[in-house]
Amino acid sequence: MPISYFLVLSALLFSIGVYGVLARRHAVLVLLSIELMLNAVNINLVAFSALLEKAGLDGQVFALFVIAVAAAEVGVGLAIVILIYRNSQDTDVGELSLMKW
Amino acid sequence: MPLDIPAVRLTGIAPEIALCATALLLLVIDAVLGERRNRWYLPALASIGLGLSIYFATEAWGTTRLELSGMVAVDGFASFVKITLAVFGLLTVWLGRDFLVRERAEEGEFYGLVLFAVAGMMLMAGAADLIVVFLALETFSLALYVLVGFRRRSLLSQESSMKYFLLGSFSTAFFLLGIAFVYGAVGSTNLYGGEDGPGIVSSFMATGASDVGLLILAMGLLIVGLGFKVAAVPFHMWTPDAYQGAPSPVTGFMAAGSKIAGFAALLRLLDVTLYPLREDWRPLVIGVAVLTMVVGSVLAVVQEDVKRLLAYSSIAHAGFVFTGLIAANDRGVSGSLFYLATYGITVLGAFAVVAVLSGRDDEKVTLRDYRGLFYDRPLLAGALTLFLLSLAGVPVTSGFVAKLVVFGAAIQEGYWWLAVVGMVTSAIAAFFYLKVLVVMYMQEKETEDAERVRSGPLSTGVIGLAALATIVLGLYWGPLIDVAERATLFFAGG
Amino acid sequence: MSLPAYLPVLFLVILSTLFAAGSMFVASKLSPAKWTAAKVEPYECGIEPQEGGVPGGERFPVKFYLLAMLFIIFDIETVFLYPWAVAYDELKVFGLIEMLVFVAILVAAYVYVWRKGALEWAE
Repeated sequence: MPISYFLVLSALLFSIGVYGVLARRHAVLVLLSIELMLNAVNINLVAFSALLEKAGLDGQVFALFVIAVAAAEVGVGLAIVILIYRNSQDTDVGELSLMKW
Repeated sequence: MPLDIPAVRLTGIAPEIALCATALLLLVIDAVLGERRNRWYLPALASIGLGLSIYFATEAWGTTRLELSGMVAVDGFASFVKITLAVFGLLTVWLGRDFLVRERAEEGEFYGLVLFAVAGMMLMAGAADLIVVFLALETFSLALYVLVGFRRRSLLSQESSMKYFLLGSFSTAFFLLGIAFVYGAVGSTNLYGGEDGPGIVSSFMATGASDVGLLILAMGLLIVGLGFKVAAVPFHMWTPDAYQGAPSPVTGFMAAGSKIAGFAALLRLLDVTLYPLREDWRPLVIGVAVLTMVVGSVLAVVQEDVKRLLAYSSIAHAGFVFTGLIAANDRGVSGSLFYLATYGITVLGAFAVVAVLSGRDDEKVTLRDYRGLFYDRPLLAGALTLFLLSLAGVPVTSGFVAKLVVFGAAIQEGYWWLAVVGMVTSAIAAFFYLKVLVVMYMQEKETEDAERVRSGPLSTGVIGLAALATIVLGLYWGPLIDVAERATLFFAGG
Repeated sequence: MSLPAYLPVLFLVILSTLFAAGSMFVASKLSPAKWTAAKVEPYECGIEPQEGGVPGGERFPVKFYLLAMLFIIFDIETVFLYPWAVAYDELKVFGLIEMLVFVAILVAAYVYVWRKGALEWAE
């Protein structure tokens, strides 16, 4: 399969993620969109690693690191969401009201 | 497929290992011992960990080699940055101790996170592969996101943490895409290459110009990701809010630490690996630098909150360091290092004064609260004056020498007009530092405080040390510049 | 790379800006904006959402977030066990020691979480 298929898929996913970050106001949805961007990059990395001759296994190893880091990011993000919820008793955490977005 | 197990020598990342081990130990000890009234052993343990990392970093001084299969560079540059970062960490831990006692906040996590953040920043300095740069970036960023939201009772703090987190992760995604493109363009993410395989530039030179477009696109994305961390201008939107919302000691640490870590990675990436492509990245970085200097200095003028004011000043300072980076010569690199080290100490001192003055809940941070400060707290006002003058770049302070060195490096490379922009924006910046001084010395205090703020012994020590360093390095800068000049970047392979 | 070589980039930037702005403009003019009750309902795989009693209808206690968070972190760490397991024969003792260090770090995190009471369900 030509590599361009994967690159187009990845570019589309990444763009959807960027759109989500810019268009959504709820923090959890923004977080989801960021995860989408990270996974789009993972597709890129694995595709380059599998289909390019000059590229070794580095890309696939890197993808594992990205998955782990993304999980840590989700953990921190959700922790902040819970903290805000406990302080304000409001689930609508997307409204960052005290400061301009 | 037989695997050859790489020889593992850990001297390159010994400082980081020391910090991470101390942080883990500290967190477990804190969790096992539980809530006690006086947890003096936590900052003590954190200080020991930071001291150990300074020791290991000095051990590695003078050697230049790659370690861990070319993933980590051990050179004077990395050692210099690591020692500087450990000093920032020590000042932050001491300052944080007084702060946490005043706020009656949980302590263990604070020190643990500061240690993890310092470890991540240190790894940035030595990273010789984009994978390691990414991991280091995330390590210190995740720790900082949590530290920013550390004022438990303040919704402002948590919202700024949320905002910093979302924007930071967003920029990280672009940085990551940049790494993926580098990998696609040259089939390697290594900044050096050499015996273990091809590096970015050597493979690029071998394959010829076919993929140069992809590599340049990737370069732009990498600059976006790192530019975010150093608060360069199109990517600075988080800075004022995060600085304002974070606990004051953390703000100082962010300003000092993430700036030197981000610039360490930028210096190695642009001035070493991508040096052959400098004609391509220079216009981009010059644009960013000019914008950063101008926007940072101009927007700071209208700020009424001291922490926001210092945030914009920190943006402007990122622009000044960029002039050294753009020069990309030896003087530029050593000048940038000198600048980042002295700026870090000065800004930590300034935020130490802010932390002491902000009172319980860390809330008295507007210019209004600083009226007539000199007549109330002459010593604190004097220290803050010194720090602000140094940030403004007035002679006899370290800030003046630092500006002189980076602008000199830019002029040496023929970018005299960039130095002119720097001087003009410095003059604008002097205006708002002066504004704070006027408020402190020439205005009447409005209301009497219900309770007088007290400076703890550790805070006093931090302020004293920072003030001493600011003065001494302003008069007697030779030794530190000498050291910075010998802190050369590992240049082989590329 | 010389300056003319950047011309395609410039064209691309202009084209993509025009395309994005243009399609947003066209969409706002052409598409009918009708809000019906069905459109603003939360989407749950085509099943009609119900208030209370039925899973998905009520709000979950925020504690679930905390557990999910801890789960995902410890869960994802196992991802590093796979490459180790695949290369176990070649890595021999070196790999085992590396893995022990890795697991020891996880255990430290587990002790921390446990002692801090994050695993307690009832307050």
